[in-house]
Amino acid sequence: MSRVRVLVGTRKGAFILTSDGKRDNWEISGPYFAGWEIYHLKGSAADPNRLYASQSTGWFGQLIQRSSDGGKTWEPVGNKFVYDGVPGTHQWYDGTPHPWEFKRVWHLEPSLTDPDAVYAGVEDAALFRSADGAQTWQELSGLRGHGTGPRWQPGAGGMCLHTIILDPVNSGRIFVAISAAGAFRSDDGGATWLPINRGLNSPFLPEPTAEVGHCVHRIAIHPSRPNVLFMQKHWDVMRSDDAGDLWREVSGNLPTDFGFVIDVHAHEPETIYVVPIKSDSEHFPLDGRLRVYRSRTGGNEWEELGKGLPEGDCYVNVLRDAMAVDSLDECGVYFGTTGGQVYASPDSGDTWAPIVRDLPAVLSVEVQTLP
Amino acid sequence: MLIRVILPSHLLTLARISGDVTLEVDGLVTQRSILDALESSYPMLRGTVRDQVTQLRRPFLRFFACEQDLSHEPPDAPLPDAVASGVEPFLIIGAIAGG
Repeated sequence: MSRVRVLVGTRKGAFILTSDGKRDNWEISGPYFAGWEIYHLKGSAADPNRLYASQSTGWFGQLIQRSSDGGKTWEPVGNKFVYDGVPGTHQWYDGTPHPWEFKRVWHLEPSLTDPDAVYAGVEDAALFRSADGAQTWQELSGLRGHGTGPRWQPGAGGMCLHTIILDPVNSGRIFVAISAAGAFRSDDGGATWLPINRGLNSPFLPEPTAEVGHCVHRIAIHPSRPNVLFMQKHWDVMRSDDAGDLWREVSGNLPTDFGFVIDVHAHEPETIYVVPIKSDSEHFPLDGRLRVYRSRTGGNEWEELGKGLPEGDCYVNVLRDAMAVDSLDECGVYFGTTGGQVYASPDSGDTWAPIVRDLPAVLSVEVQTLP
Repeated sequence: MLIRVILPSHLLTLARISGDVTLEVDGLVTQRSILDALESSYPMLRGTVRDQVTQLRRPFLRFFACEQDLSHEPPDAPLPDAVASGVEPFLIIGAIAGG
C-alpha cells in the first residue's frame, strides 16, 4: 500500500509525519533542528529519500540541510548565497533605494529529474540554483537583472521569492513569485525573465495595474496543464490560461478573497483550494471559523469545507507555503496553521482531522506520496 | 597554540561537539585567526558566526574573554595573553533575545 510523508517546517524545528494510505494513523518524528526556524523542506521527485531543508535563525543565519534517507539523518551543506555581481538596489518600504541584502531562504524546489539539482528562493528576492546537491549555489541573476528589479519593494513579511514552479511539460520554463513584486516566467531555464502580471489589480499601488509591484502570495499549477496558473494574491484569487500572459479574477462567491495558500487537486485540474483569511490587517479566519474553500470549476464557484475544522474561536493563520496535496487515488489535502495544527483530509477536502495539534507555528507543509 | 573556545549550544549541536572546543591556532591569536581555525575544523559553522563574504560578526553574537566584551575590537587585534595561552576561553555568545 502507498504511504504518505508530510514534511512540516515550523518556527522551532522540522517535523515529519508519516502514515499509510488510509491516512488515519500518523507517526510523528521530530523536532529536527530544534529551536531553528525551518521555512521550508521538500523532497526530490526524482529520489524521494533526498530531502532539502532551509534552516535559519536571526542569531546564526542561514543553513541548508540535506537528507539522503528520507529525513532520518541530515547533513549541513552549502550555505553561501552571494548575489551575482554588484547587487544594486531595490525600493525600501518608503520608496527609497535600498541595497540588496541576503537574509534567508524561503523556498527550496528540487529539480523534477535530478536529485542533486535544486533551486532556492531567497529574501531579498532572488533565485539561486545548485547542481551539486546544495553544496554550492549560483544566482540566476537574469531575474533580478531583467530591468524591473530596482522597482521591487518588500511586502510586510520581507521581499521574498517564495514560489518556484518547474514546468513538467515545457522544458526550461520556470515560474516564480515575489512579494511584493509579482509573478515572473522564464522560458530558458532561468537565464531570462518576463514579468507576468497583466490583469492583476492592486489598488494600494500608485498605478494599480503596474507591470510589477503586486503582492502575489502563492501560485499553483496542475502538472498536466502547466499553462493554467492559479494565484492567491494579497487580495483576489486569480487564474491564467496562457502561462501568465493574462490573469482574470476568479474570487467569485468567496466570503473574503484575502489569503495566502492555493493548491490544485492531484487528479482534477479544475479543482482548487484556498483558505480565506479575513483581511490584510486581521490575519485569521472570518468569524473565528477555520474553513477551506474548494472550487471544482477552476474558480468563481466555491463551496465551504468545514467538516472536522474548528467551528469557532479559531484565530490562526495559514501561511503561503503551508498547503499541499498527495497523489493517492483519493487525493489528500493538508495544511498547517500558525497555531501549530496540521490538518489532513483523506477525501479531497470533504472531511478533515488534525494530524497533530500542538506544534510550533507552521511555516510550510509538503507531502510526498511514496510507494 | 591551543585555544579554548566556548560556543552557543545551537552551534555545538550543529557541529556535533560536546563541551568546549580546543583549537590549534598558528601565529598571532586574534578573533580572525580563531574563527579561521574554527571554520577549518568545523566547516558546517561557516556563516554562522560571521558573514561568509564580509567576514563581519553576525549582529546577534558577541565575543567575550577575560570578563571583557571584545565584540567591537578589530578582528586582527591581539587577544589577551590569557586567551592566547589557553588559560582563559574565548566565548562566542548569542544575544539573549526573542522567544
